[in-house]
Amino acid sequence: MQYKLTTPVTREDLSPLRAGDTVLLSGVVYTARDAAHKRMMELLDAGQPLPFPVEGSAIYYVGPTPERPGQIIGSAGPTTSGRMDPYSPRLLDLGQAIMIGKGARNQAVREAVVRNGAVYLAALGGAGALMADSVRSLEVICWEDLGCEAVRKLVVKNFPLTVILDPYGGNLYESGPAAYLASL
Amino acid sequence: MRTIFASAITDTVARLCIQANSQLPPDVAAALKRANRAEPWPLARETLELLQDNLDLARIRNLPICQDTGMACVFVELGQDVHIQGDFEQAIHQGVRQGYGEGYLRKSLVADPLRRVNTGDNTPATLTLRLVPGDKLTITVAPKGFGSENMSRLAMLRPADGVEGVKQFVVETVRLAGPNPCPPIILGVGVGGSFDKVAALAKHALLRPLDRPHPDPFYAALEQELLEKINSLGIGPQGFGGKTTCLGLAIEAAPTHVAGLPVAVNVSCHVTRRATAEL
Repeated sequence: MQYKLTTPVTREDLSPLRAGDTVLLSGVVYTARDAAHKRMMELLDAGQPLPFPVEGSAIYYVGPTPERPGQIIGSAGPTTSGRMDPYSPRLLDLGQAIMIGKGARNQAVREAVVRNGAVYLAALGGAGALMADSVRSLEVICWEDLGCEAVRKLVVKNFPLTVILDPYGGNLYESGPAAYLASL
Repeated sequence: MRTIFASAITDTVARLCIQANSQLPPDVAAALKRANRAEPWPLARETLELLQDNLDLARIRNLPICQDTGMACVFVELGQDVHIQGDFEQAIHQGVRQGYGEGYLRKSLVADPLRRVNTGDNTPATLTLRLVPGDKLTITVAPKGFGSENMSRLAMLRPADGVEGVKQFVVETVRLAGPNPCPPIILGVGVGGSFDKVAALAKHALLRPLDRPHPDPFYAALEQELLEKINSLGIGPQGFGGKTTCLGLAIEAAPTHVAGLPVAVNVSCHVTRRATAEL
């Protein structure tokens, strides 16, 4: 099935999604990689607010290439999500609803997805130009010193994604290969 | 003795950095198309088509194919009858600085692995230099992304493990990598040499075009067998399931010690980039 969603999202918005479905996501998406996640944890430890409203938010693990004059964004495919595993459960428990990246997640993240009714969606790894095509605006909102790892606020339109982890424990990285092998 | 100016090396490296990041080598592009035609699983076929669309969009929109424009791995074959006027190594680094700046490519290097401050210009390059006969200078720039690099592995097997041990290690590496290295992947496999040499063999194997099998029929057959084993794992494009897990695999072997059987697997992605020029 294909679903259209707009951020911020609620648990109810995500409840129909199953591993293997596709999503066309619109609205605000925040970017953050390892370095930004680490700083967000330091803010939380110090009792400070995060740089964006986390409730119902979508975070995209990406470090785009620099945009040329006249371009909204450079190439912008996902980075490997596993590097965010140490940080994600805490953000999911605070209300983050959607993680966007590529690659496997650990058990703690998979459990936090189910506990919070959240989802993990895959962008197409290595398809930076295709992913950039759905971005309508970009603004660096925090930690500019991190360069490509700075936190950016993106507005996206019909951002093409695939459900990897769903709120019911489904995992496309297991069920997808298994279904293909069973078809042989 | 032929003189080549350092400035010519810089300009060439800069041009190759941009070229490699904006268009796939013809053999990799052809392998992607071929895989699409041979893929029986619908979701996998759709995914491969999107990867094809990405290549077209990168060209139309003047964007790098992938946002991880990589560590600049530069391979130089230097003719021993060449005299370089100027600082050779600095010329290479300056070329990377220039190419990554002018090409709007991502600066992905940190100066120190533990203190992690970005160098700001994607330098230094990783330089591999080989002296060869003649008066030519051949430069290959192979930008390497780390989503796949991080999935690479090395083992010091026992001679008793033999070819079966090597096969097991390669297939196990792909299984462990799963969806992380952006499949369909491309593999460079090193066998033999020493601890450091075997990793260099694996990296160098990634430079060989996918349509060119190993010249030794023994290794050519091993490449084919491994490719078939890997493509029966079911991982598929992006790890969503399917036949197309690996587009190509190249082995490089070297003499080794009586007591050892080193093996290394350098994992690369469907955006395996390389561009070459001769001066």
